Parts: sequence; structure tokens; C-alpha cells
Amino acid sequence: METYVFDDTLEGLLTLVFDWYNRKPGAILVNSEKHYQPSAFNPAYVVSTDAEKATRVATGLQKKLTNAGWRNFYCTFLSELPEAFQHLFQFAVYVFSDVENPEDNYGNASVLYVTQTARKVEREKHHQEAFIRFQQTHDGMYYAPVEPKYNVLPLIAKHFKDRYADQPWIIYDHQRRFGLYYDLRNLEVITIDFQKNNSDNLPAPISEETNEEMYQLLWKDYFKSTNIESRRNIKLQVRSMPRRFWRYLTEKQIY
Amino acid sequence: MNLTRTSEKLQILADAAKYDVSCASSGGNRKNDNKGLGDSKANGICHSFTEDGRCVSLLKILLTNHCIYDCAFCVSRKSNDVQRAAFTVEEVVDLTINFYRRNYIEGLFLSSGIFKNADYTMERLLRIVKKLRTEERFNGYIHLKTIPGASEELIQEAGLYADRMSINLEMPTEAGLKMVAPEKSHEDVKKPLHFVNQQIQIYKADTKLIKSTPKFVPAGQSTQMVVGATPESDMEVMYTADRFYKDYSLKRVYYSGYVPIREDDSLLPSIGSQPPLLRENRLYQTDWLLRFYRFRVDEILNEAHPNLETEIDPKLSWALRNLHEFPIDINTADYDMILRVPGIGVGSAQKIITARRFGKLRTYQLQKLGIAYNRAKYFIRCADTPFLSKDWQPTQIKNFILGNSHGKFQKAATQQLSLF
Ligand code: SF4
Repeated sequence: METYVFDDTLEGLLTLVFDWYNRKPGAILVNSEKHYQPSAFNPAYVVSTDAEKATRVATGLQKKLTNAGWRNFYCTFLSELPEAFQHLFQFAVYVFSDVENPEDNYGNASVLYVTQTARKVEREKHHQEAFIRFQQTHDGMYYAPVEPKYNVLPLIAKHFKDRYADQPWIIYDHQRRFGLYYDLRNLEVITIDFQKNNSDNLPAPISEETNEEMYQLLWKDYFKSTNIESRRNIKLQVRSMPRRFWRYLTEKQIY
Repeated sequence: MNLTRTSEKLQILADAAKYDVSCASSGGNRKNDNKGLGDSKANGICHSFTEDGRCVSLLKILLTNHCIYDCAFCVSRKSNDVQRAAFTVEEVVDLTINFYRRNYIEGLFLSSGIFKNADYTMERLLRIVKKLRTEERFNGYIHLKTIPGASEELIQEAGLYADRMSINLEMPTEAGLKMVAPEKSHEDVKKPLHFVNQQIQIYKADTKLIKSTPKFVPAGQSTQMVVGATPESDMEVMYTADRFYKDYSLKRVYYSGYVPIREDDSLLPSIGSQPPLLRENRLYQTDWLLRFYRFRVDEILNEAHPNLETEIDPKLSWALRNLHEFPIDINTADYDMILRVPGIGVGSAQKIITARRFGKLRTYQLQKLGIAYNRAKYFIRCADTPFLSKDWQPTQIKNFILGNSHGKFQKAATQQLSLF
């Protein structure tokens, strides 16, 4: 079976779908560059990303899907799971096969996969919206480091922009090495070079003037006082707020 | 703000407020269209979870724990020897804003002991919410306690700034309440609930005519009952809840398993006895059945069954008592009946309805739709279910299911809201 390799971008994946219709080599394996390991037995076709082709496929999909269906497609893409791309390809082909309401047929394995994966990504988005913690640095900036399981920054941008319209903030994904920066007017995607120790680029340290430490302490006081000891149920706590988030939660820091 | 002083107040006044279990920040719909701080969406967010597993969504504090009343079940009662404190208006505003800016909370849940008298207290509460909305341009969620006995003018104005208002029934029946708080009555609660509900309806009607009508308590009203302090049956609890849902269009009724706070009392369970968490969980499950699963309260609780089973959830319990309604055919049954199958939730019921339009569902497809198949299988038929499946007795099914769930349901400590 031929393997199609694309460059890890959404445009790349959409171009892949376009090319497949042009070349029609039957069943294929879909792989992204990041996950692809060349094999002597499987010939590979390397997709070269093309904005125009990608737009045509995107428009086609949007026409045949509801908004929710298209969002599921996008969310599944953001999961960055290796098997997601194969399913997205099959999902797209199924959608273009002219069935009615294709996204509702949960009997189809790829339709079900996309729905379920999208739900996981949405849950991660929701978790990030809940568990992100800002610290105010001495220049007034609110800074939040994050390490989301899936690439959800594109999904949470609007939520934070709507909510914190009157404060400048940065949310930085330390795994994927990019962040969102809101300057009271616009939202930008930024990268920070933490190695270079170049102070304009780094988030400023927290300071006394902004009372950051005071509010952190007060928040911890609150967190402790609002707990009811006789109802102790750590299992439930951990299930609702998995440990991987604790690292960045103010109330879970001991100092 | 002085850290030591504020910290002390915060500890006292958060501790005193925590027995009010409502934490929801749902139903808000304030858009940040004034370039201010915050917005609230219909679905609230839990920003943290305490060690008791409860959601932290709002900064939940009392303005003060000074109180002129002496309700036996309450830590803030007059005769209790506890440290007293009171926030200033500025302190509450400052904490709310700064916690919100750091994404710790969705907003404020403000309640209070009765300081001097009802109006004096309500007036303070009003000043806080007014300042938050008008001076700070705060669009986060605000849940405000209505102080029974406060004048209608104050309540009316507060309603313009709050998203939700609530007054607690405290005990499920008038008789129960009289036992522990002779100075109080359900009537004191009904009057302001009725007044606020009436105003909500008036504003709603106006909004239909004039778009710019200001919001009035857009997230509606709620109430709380303490269970396990006084001797009511589950039936009494749920019939009261059902009536209040209907009479005052409440958004939520909360059930708070009584957490013993005193040793000296013959009236109430004493310190050291466990709060009735399992019972609380069963009551919430019943509440869910009423609100989302289209059950009537008398189907679940009635003279013959005045209390919920502890071993199994109320939905399974109903199904086992009504085995003549099952098995239902997943491919033809209507939505309401699918909803009643143990192991099938609202989400999967809707999926089943959608998916079966593409062809008859078979067992393996159903298993993938996210239902608890091992529970549901006794109550359903799929396209490939063998025609002669065995007729089980209710007790057999119950044992199979209990055996399957590894005793999860016998353990009294399980208090999660895992619903069916
Ligand atoms: S009036 Fe409220 S605060 Fe005062 S004792 Fe009774 S329940 Fe507690």
C-alpha cells in the first residue's frame, strides 16, 4: 500500500486529500512527517502543501458538514495523534462520497473516531480554560505557562480574549514552543527564546509592586479553608483535576 | 490591603460559607461588551477541586459571620463560640477582581450572617455587587444570597446586578425546620422566592418587547436543603424539591448531607458521625431523573417506596420494579423509553436515535456508542439479539450488576456524582 506523507499542517492534510482524488491509487496509509518512518517495502508519496488545493477541500468539506462536524474535523486534527490523520483522510473521503448527513453515521469507524477524538480535544480545551493560572509580572503582564496534552491554544484563544479584554496576557505552550499574546487590542502568536536569556523577550519576574505573591497566598488560604475535611475524597479530586495539571496550579504549590 | 488581616478574615469567612454546597456558575450570559473584565457563559467552569472532591468555581464567602439568629445546624449561630469577622465592601471587591484576573474563579458567591437586621445586611451585599458591576465593569458571575425579610426595593435592585439569587430552605419540611430553628419558617423563604420569580418573569416579558431591558437574575434562583440533620424521608425531601422547582421555576435544588458541627446537641447528629454522602448522591441522581430523564417524582418515590435504595441507583431501582416495561427494542423504542434504560445516558440516547436512521443497530455498534452495556443489556434488544434470551428475575439482574461493579455501590464513601 502506498504511504502519503504530509507536513503536519492542516493545509498539508487537506492537500493530501486533494492529491488522492487526482492520483486515485486506491487504499493508502496516511502519515505525518513527524511520525513517518521510511520503509523499503512501502512506497511513499510526499505531499507538497498547496494553499489553493487545501482551500478547495476545506470549502468542500464545510459545505457537506454542519459547523459542528467541521469543528470535529479540526479538533481531531489538533489532537496530533498518529492514527488521527488516517481517520481524518477516511472521514473526508466518506463525506465526499455523497451520503446524507455523513457525520451522523456512528456505525462508520472513522466517523465515530472523529467524533470521539474531537470530544477528547474539547475536554482538554475545557480543562485548559479551567486550570490555566496567570501570574502578574512587574510590568503588569499576566503570564501563564501551559503544557496541554493536545494542541488546544488555537481553540482557547477566543475564550481568553473575551474574558480578559482589559489586561495584557500571554499564554505559552512550553511543549510546542509558541504562545498567545494579547496586548489589549490584538491577539498574536509569539515564540519566546528562553535559552537566550534576553530579558526583553522573557516574561518579567513577579514582583512586590503588583502584590502577586499576596494574592497567591490569599488564594491558597481560600483553597484550604473552603475544603470540608469530613468529606475528604482525594480520588474524586484527582479524577476531576488530573495530576498533570497540578504543576501549574497556584493552589497546589507548596511554599 | 493588609495581608495578615485579610488572610485571617478570608479563612474565617470562607470556612463559614463552605457548607452551602451550591458552587455552580451556570446559566450566566454576560458578554464582555464594555471592554471590562470577564464574561460568563451558559456553562460554568470549575477552576479547581478541593480535597473533598468538590468543585471550586466561585469565591464563596460570607460578608460576615456575625449573626443575630441561633439556628442549631449553623456554625455562625449566635450562641456558638467562634471567632467573628467581617469584610469591608472594598475587600470583597478587591479579592474578587484579583482572583478573577488570575483565572482562579468564575466569580463571587456572597452570603452573610444577619448583621443587626435584614435590611442592614442586604444593603451591604447590594453595595458590593453594585460596585463590582458599575465601577469595576465586572462581567463575571455573581451569586447573591437573598436575605429573608429584606425590603423588596433592596432585593429588586440587587437583582439587577446578580446572575443568580438563592435562599435556602435549610430543612426539607416545616416541622424539621421548626425543630432546629424555631425562629424560621418556610414562609419566610417562599415570599422572597416568589417576589424574585415574579420580577424575573416581568423582565423576561419586557425583553421580548424592548431589547435593551436590563438583565434581572438571568441565571435564575436556587435553594438548598440539608439532609440527615432532621428525620425526613427521601420522599419528603424530593416532594419538597419537586414542588419548589415548579412553584418558583427554580434552576437548581441542592442537597447537602449534614456535616456535624457540634458535640453538645441531642437534636442533631454529633461530631464524628459521617455526613450521609451516599444518600446525598442518590438524591442528586433522583433530581437528575426529574430534570433530564423525564421521570415524575411519584414514579420513583411513593408511599410504597418512601426511601431510595442505597445499594443501587434510583434509575436501576425503578427499572427492576418495572421489568414488565422491558426489554425494549433499541431500533424502534421511542426516545423517552430509551432514556429509561439503566446504563444509557442522555447523550447516548440521542446518539442511538440518530445512528439508527442509518440502519438497524447491532450489539457491537451499540457498545461503541458510550453506553454502559453490561448494565443496559438486561433491558434492551438489538438487531442481533437472539430471540430467546433468558428471562431474569429482578434480584438476579441486581446481583449480576452489583457483582460487575466491584462493590462500588455498597461503599458508603462513594460520593461522586456518577450518574447511571
Ligand atoms: S440566620 Fe443564617 S447565618 Fe444566622 S444562624 Fe441562621 S443559618 Fe446561620
